[in-house]
Amino acid sequence: MGTPSATVPAAPDVRRGRRRPGEAAIKVLLAVAAVVSIATTTGIIASLAVPTVEFFEEVSIGEFLTSAKWTPLFADKNYGILPLLIATLIVTAISVVIAIPIGLGSALYLSEYASARMRKLLKPILEILAGIPTVVYGFFALLFLNPILRSLWPGGEKPDFQNMLIAGIVMGIMVVPTVASLAEDAMSAVPGALREGAYALSSTKMQVATRVVFPAALSGIVAAVVLGVSRALGETMIATIAGGLRVADIVVNPTQMASTMTAYIAGAGQGDLPVDSLEYLTIFAVGSTLFVFTFILNAISIRLVRKFREVYE
Amino acid sequence: MTMTNPHPAVPIGINPDTLRTDGPPIGSHPVLELDEVTAFYGDYAAVRDVSMTIAAKQITAMIGPSGCGKSTVLRSLNRMNDLIPGARIAGRIAYHGQDLYSRDVDPIEVRRHIGMVFQKPNPFPKSIYDNIAYGPRVTGMKVDDMDALVHDALVSAALWEEVKDKLRTSALALSGGQQQRLCIARTIAVRPEVILMDEPCSALDPIATGKIEDLMFELAGDYTIVIVTHNMQQAARVSHRTAFFTADVDADGVRHGRLVEYDQTNKIFVNPSQKRTEDYITGRFG
Amino acid sequence: MTTVNTVIPAGKTVSLARRRRRPGEVAFKLALQLCLVIALAFLVGLISYAVFKGWNRLDARLWNNMPTGIVSRADRAGVQSAIFGTLWVMALVALICLPIGILSAIYLEEYADNTRWYNRILELNIQNLAGVPSIIFGILGLGMIARVIGLGFGVITGAIVLALLVLPTVIIASREALRAVPGSIRQASYALGATKWQTTWRQVLPAATPGIATGAILSLSRAIGEAAPLILLGAVTYIRFNPDGLTSRYTTLPIQIYNLLKEPQAEFQELAAAAIVLLLVILLAMNSIAIIVRNRFHKKW
Repeated sequence: MGTPSATVPAAPDVRRGRRRPGEAAIKVLLAVAAVVSIATTTGIIASLAVPTVEFFEEVSIGEFLTSAKWTPLFADKNYGILPLLIATLIVTAISVVIAIPIGLGSALYLSEYASARMRKLLKPILEILAGIPTVVYGFFALLFLNPILRSLWPGGEKPDFQNMLIAGIVMGIMVVPTVASLAEDAMSAVPGALREGAYALSSTKMQVATRVVFPAALSGIVAAVVLGVSRALGETMIATIAGGLRVADIVVNPTQMASTMTAYIAGAGQGDLPVDSLEYLTIFAVGSTLFVFTFILNAISIRLVRKFREVYE
Repeated sequence: MTMTNPHPAVPIGINPDTLRTDGPPIGSHPVLELDEVTAFYGDYAAVRDVSMTIAAKQITAMIGPSGCGKSTVLRSLNRMNDLIPGARIAGRIAYHGQDLYSRDVDPIEVRRHIGMVFQKPNPFPKSIYDNIAYGPRVTGMKVDDMDALVHDALVSAALWEEVKDKLRTSALALSGGQQQRLCIARTIAVRPEVILMDEPCSALDPIATGKIEDLMFELAGDYTIVIVTHNMQQAARVSHRTAFFTADVDADGVRHGRLVEYDQTNKIFVNPSQKRTEDYITGRFG
Repeated sequence: MTTVNTVIPAGKTVSLARRRRRPGEVAFKLALQLCLVIALAFLVGLISYAVFKGWNRLDARLWNNMPTGIVSRADRAGVQSAIFGTLWVMALVALICLPIGILSAIYLEEYADNTRWYNRILELNIQNLAGVPSIIFGILGLGMIARVIGLGFGVITGAIVLALLVLPTVIIASREALRAVPGSIRQASYALGATKWQTTWRQVLPAATPGIATGAILSLSRAIGEAAPLILLGAVTYIRFNPDGLTSRYTTLPIQIYNLLKEPQAEFQELAAAAIVLLLVILLAMNSIAIIVRNRFHKKW
């Protein structure tokens, strides 16, 4: 061996010299992808807003909000949204009355009573219900459930061939998985230590479920209900097939046929209405109303979910 | 049969003069009697063949290294282990002579008489008042004056002065030590006979710990207390009797817990009969 | 009968016996179980009724023949155009939606700094879009895509609309799959000198693929079950041919079912039931694949 080298090896160059254009390009590509979602929202708002503005150039907001007749497709034209709005509210209310007890009850059972094995068997039921297309729900309502309802109806006027009651009931079942899934998440997030504390104080299972878990999960439960209402509000196929397409006056009797906002949009959109005719513009005016309602409900639900996630994380 | 240890052990950090000397000898006024109790999780025996007697209005401490079944034994005393699927016991646990695990016994009734405070304070996300009132309400206690009951429970838990002006505010806003005293207060509110404490101070700072130890002294006059603690100095300070547990690995390589020695505290820490006990308290192991 | 009263020295009697009066507990539990029973009964009833009603038509006519509006020819009708339409739509939706959705999810999970206001708006926007009613997407298609952008009422427009409808779901599911990959894997890759994209492409994405695939399949199955948006896009007329190009007119199974339900004749109703069974079978197959993928490849970190 010769004499040891007297030179020190050169320090490696760690400066930001190497250009990595590939990385930058990728970041841009990804951002563009994400922007598609922004474009979608912008597109929705634009496609609603522009025709709606045109609509209100011809029809006064006052008439829209207060007139009790909606007859844009008849000879005698009226443009009051109340008939559609009230029908929507009635169908939604009925579906909520069905969905809340069944949805929250299912969630409570799965969260507090069911063993791990039972949960594995039962949760798929709700998942399958959630995956069934709404046309199929409409089919079942129209051809099977409504005839049964009509034959079981006590007394005088039987429900119509299509009516708000059956639409609401079936829509309620459709909404159950949505409510149950979010409510169960909220209930499961309640720490076990709280349950233990309650049991140690001589509570029964029902007391733990109703006095400790349910109140602790409340904001998540409310979020679940609000989300369910929003889904029912925006549902189209069940409302159309089972609820019917009659529009004109305000209908408050749930055994009668009446068109919701969504059913009207579907009905009017099927035909070939001349573009830019006032009738055509009604689709967008009603659509805007629907969008505003569901947007507000969704915003509330999102905030509530954030609130319950914060408490435990 | 006790053997006198020729070299009395010097336990760490314990002044033998402060050990409690009051209290009747072992075997008198039994409240809970464990007879060859083995606790299982499924097929795994977590702790084996425990026999001991808990005496009335005494503080009994259970000490030993982690994983030797102390908490398991504690939780079986008020049937909290029922909540864990697969948990069961062999042997007999008697409460005033009555088999606690008999078919006729309702675990919910058991917990009215044997309460529990947990390692990490777990107040309900309700007001201080509602936390205390919860127990009486769910057990259907006939209460003429709930305000007075809440007041008494908080006084007994040495918390009244600190919270008397904010009874309706959230319990979660209290400090850790205050929350633990609140948990003790709500346990007292249902008037149990026995209070089980599972490492009640391990999540607390030394000052809060000191307050709870003082509280235990006061409560011992009215309640029977069983406490599991990792901190043997605490056991020495507070308890009348101490049970020392350890875990052995058997021929299959599986750890099982067992009770090594159970005696009056001032004997365990000054003149233990078992070498394992002496090794533990002098810090040679565990 | 053994008594379970014990006497405490102070003379107090303590009863540990089962309090006989707890009917409320049992009733409550039964009421909760009833909720699930109702859901199950509805599900079973629905599927049974569809099979029962469509039984006569569950044969080769269903997929060999085209629809008809004429009652006398109803027994020779089928839904072939709807089947092919559904397949075309499914393929196009997958092609459009999956790359955009997965890349968006990668951006939000791996690249975006979520203290920045624009990224938070992005997230909020996606959560919001997930809740917009499906018929509003139909309006988007009608107003913007078909008319303003001028893509007309062909299958590509329908596919774009449905792709946008399920895009939020794909993004959310993909994000969860990416989030489930432990940070330690990324750390190890960076520590070896890899770039962010290399880490993502070579480590994170492969690990998250089963979760992403499951989410993608479930989103697609939702897309092919939708009818409302397509109603506004002219899919409702009786289409008797299979799609032959991107701007071709088309129909899908849900739309065809809706058409058939509008007719009162029993023959059409039976055909509708048969088409429903076919649709449910397709969805069952897709969901089963998703579940198999999830169970088989799910890694326990």
